[in-house]
Amino acid sequence: MSATFVGMPAFPAAAREALADTQLRRNLAHATGTIRAKRAAVVGEVAEWEELRLAGAAIKDNTLRHLDEHLLTLEASLQARGVTVHWARDAREACDVVARIAVDHGVDEVVKVKSMATQEIGLNEALAEHGVTAWETDLAELIVQLGDDLPSHILVPAIHRNRAEIRDIFRREMAGAPEGLTDDPAELAGAARLHLREKFLRAKMAVSGANFAVAETGTLVVVESEGNGRMCLTLPEVLVSVVGLEKVVPTWSDLDVFLQLLPRSSTGERMNPYTSTWSGVTPGDGPQELHVVLLDNGRTRALADEVGRQALRCIRCSACLNVCPVYERTGGHAYGSVYPGPIGAILNPLLKGVGVDEQTDSLPYASSLCGACFEACPVRIDIPEVLVHLRSRVVDAHRGGAPKPEAAAMKTASWILSDARRLEFAERGLGIASRALTRFGRRLLPGGRRALSRLPWPGSLWTDTRDLPAPPREPFRAWWRR
Amino acid sequence: MKVAVLVTCINDALFPDTGKAVFRLLRRLGVDADFPAAQTCCGQPMVNTGYLDEAVPVVRAFTRAFAGYDYVVTPSGSCAGSARHQHGLVARRAGEPQLAETGPKVLELSEFLVDVLGVTDVGAAFPHRVTYHPTCHSLRMLGVGDKPLRLLRAVRGIDLVELPAAEECCGFGGTFAVKNAETSTAMGADKARHVRETAAEVLVAGDNSCLLHIGGLLSRQRSGVRVLHLADVLASTGEEP
Repeated sequence: MSATFVGMPAFPAAAREALADTQLRRNLAHATGTIRAKRAAVVGEVAEWEELRLAGAAIKDNTLRHLDEHLLTLEASLQARGVTVHWARDAREACDVVARIAVDHGVDEVVKVKSMATQEIGLNEALAEHGVTAWETDLAELIVQLGDDLPSHILVPAIHRNRAEIRDIFRREMAGAPEGLTDDPAELAGAARLHLREKFLRAKMAVSGANFAVAETGTLVVVESEGNGRMCLTLPEVLVSVVGLEKVVPTWSDLDVFLQLLPRSSTGERMNPYTSTWSGVTPGDGPQELHVVLLDNGRTRALADEVGRQALRCIRCSACLNVCPVYERTGGHAYGSVYPGPIGAILNPLLKGVGVDEQTDSLPYASSLCGACFEACPVRIDIPEVLVHLRSRVVDAHRGGAPKPEAAAMKTASWILSDARRLEFAERGLGIASRALTRFGRRLLPGGRRALSRLPWPGSLWTDTRDLPAPPREPFRAWWRR
Repeated sequence: MKVAVLVTCINDALFPDTGKAVFRLLRRLGVDADFPAAQTCCGQPMVNTGYLDEAVPVVRAFTRAFAGYDYVVTPSGSCAGSARHQHGLVARRAGEPQLAETGPKVLELSEFLVDVLGVTDVGAAFPHRVTYHPTCHSLRMLGVGDKPLRLLRAVRGIDLVELPAAEECCGFGGTFAVKNAETSTAMGADKARHVRETAAEVLVAGDNSCLLHIGGLLSRQRSGVRVLHLADVLASTGEEP
C-alpha cells in the first residue's frame, strides 16, 4: 500500500481539490444524508437520550480523572486472565510490539478487525516492513485497501466511493473476483465474503482494536456490523489488540450506557449486530495467546489540556462527521488524517501538539463553528469550544517573530475596536474609501443598494465569490449623534 | 427597566438601517432604549480566530459601555452568543472576572421581545413572500427555538414559506468565510439554492453577518432575492420593504 496522509497540504488547499470532485460531492451528500436521517430517527425514539449523554460524559470524565488507577486495574485484570500486557508510548513502539509478535510466531500474514488505533499508528505499513501482510476484513476497509486508497470516514472509511466505483475496484484488484460482477450490493458483499473467508480460515494471527476495555474484569469489547470481526477474534491462535489508553471503563455496568449511545449515534441502529467480548484466555476456545498493547501516542498530551481533554471521551461513533456541513462537502481526505471531520479537527492537534506543522494547525480552523457536531455528540464533547480554544493555542504558538498579515490585521482591529472614537474615525475612512471604490462598481444588490464586486486582496477573498454591500454614507453611530 | 441596544460593529458600519429598525421597533413597544456611544464590538472576531490577547481590550470596552443596564438587546444571535458564552474565556485569559459579568444580560432581539416583553405580535406589516434562515448561533448556542418564527407569523400580510434544510449552516462562520473561502462558498451555494427553491422575494435572518454571506451569493447569482434582518421586517409597517 502506497497511499499515505504524510505530506498532505493544509486544509484549505486539500479542500479545494475535494470541492471540485463532482462524484465525491454527490457520494458524500447522499451517504451522510442517509446516515443523518437514520440516526435522527433512532435517537428520537429514546426519551431519556439527554440523560444518557450526560451519563456517558460523566463516566468518561470520572475515568479520565483517575486514568492511571483504572489502567493499572485493567493491566492486573488482564494479566490475571493470562493476557500479556504491553505499554506503548507512541506509534513506533506499538508497531514494534505487534511486529515482534508476528515475527516470533513466524507468520507472514495477519487478519485485522476494523480498528482506528491501528490506522492511527500506521500498523499495516509497519508490518509490511517486516514482511507481514495485514488483511483488512471490514468490508469498507477492504475496499480502501484494495483500491490503494485512504480512509475518509471513521465508521465508513469508503464513504467517498459509490457502488459502481467499488465494483471497479473489486474487478481490478480482488484476486478471484467473480466474472461479470455487477454493482448490486448483495453481489459485492458476496464477492468480499468469498475473498475473506479463505483468509479467516488460514490466518494464525489476528490484530484488533477495542471499543471498550473493562478494568474490573479485563474484558475487551468490539462492536461491529458484519461478523468479520468475530471471525478474526475467534479463529486465529494469536490475537493482539491495540487499545488507546482512553478506552478503559471501570465496570461492566458502565457499558450499559455506551452500548446504547454508540450504535444509535454511529450506524443509526438500535443495537449493533455483533458485540464481541472476551476476558482473557479460555482453554480450548478461541485464541490461546492474547496480547494487549495499551497505546498512548499523544493521549496523555491531550489529557494535559484542560479544555481539550474532553475529546478523550470520544467513542468514535462518527455522528459529528455525518452532521458536519464542512465534512459533507470536503470529505475526509482533506483533513489529512485517519480522524477526519469535527472530531479530527480537535483530536489531531491535541494528539500531535500545535505549532508543529501547518497542516495540523489548519485543522481547528476547518469549521464554521455551527455547533451541529456538539448537538449530535453522544458524549457531549463541546467541539466548537475546543476548536476555539485550539485556535488560541495555534495563535499563541506563533506569537513572537514577525507577525503575519492576519496577526497584524487582528492587532489593528483590536486597537480600533477597543475605543469608540477610533472606531468612528475608522468608519469615516471606510466611507471615503467606499465612495472611491463604488465609482468603479456599477453593481446593485437586490433591493437597489450599491455593491462592491471586485476588491483587491485581501478583499478579493470575499468578492471572488460574493458581492459586498458598499458601506453606507452614514454609519449608525453618526446617524445617532445627529 | 434600563435597556441598552448593542447595535454590533457590523450593523454600525454596514447595516445602519437595522440599528434604526431596532430602536423604532422598541419605541413602538414602549421601550426607551439607550445607545451607549462607547460601544464598539463584542470581541468575537478575535476570539473565534484565536486572538485572545487582542480580544481583551475589546471586551473591556464592551463591559465599560454596558455597565449598569438591566438588559442589553442585540439584533444578532452570534454577538449575543459571543457575549454569553465566550466572555468568560476572555475574562480568564485577562485574569479579570468582571469581564464576564455583562454577558448574561445580553439578549438576542427575539428573546427580548418574546421572553421579556411577552409579545409576539409587534404590530408589523410586510406584504411579501418571505423565507427564514435560523442562524446557527441563535439556534444552537442560544437556543432561541421558534421565537423568531412566532414573531414573523404575526406580521400582517406576510407570506412565510419554509426554507428547506433550514437548520444547516450557511457557511459564513466569521473569518472562516475568508480563511476557508472555497468551503464557505460551497456551503453558501447550497443555502442560496434552497432559498431560491422557495421562490421567496426576501430572505430573513437574525444575523446580518450570515446575510452578508448568503446575500452576497444571491446577488452574484442575480437571483433577485433580497436579504433583510428580522428587525427590519418587524419594524416595518408599510407596503415597502
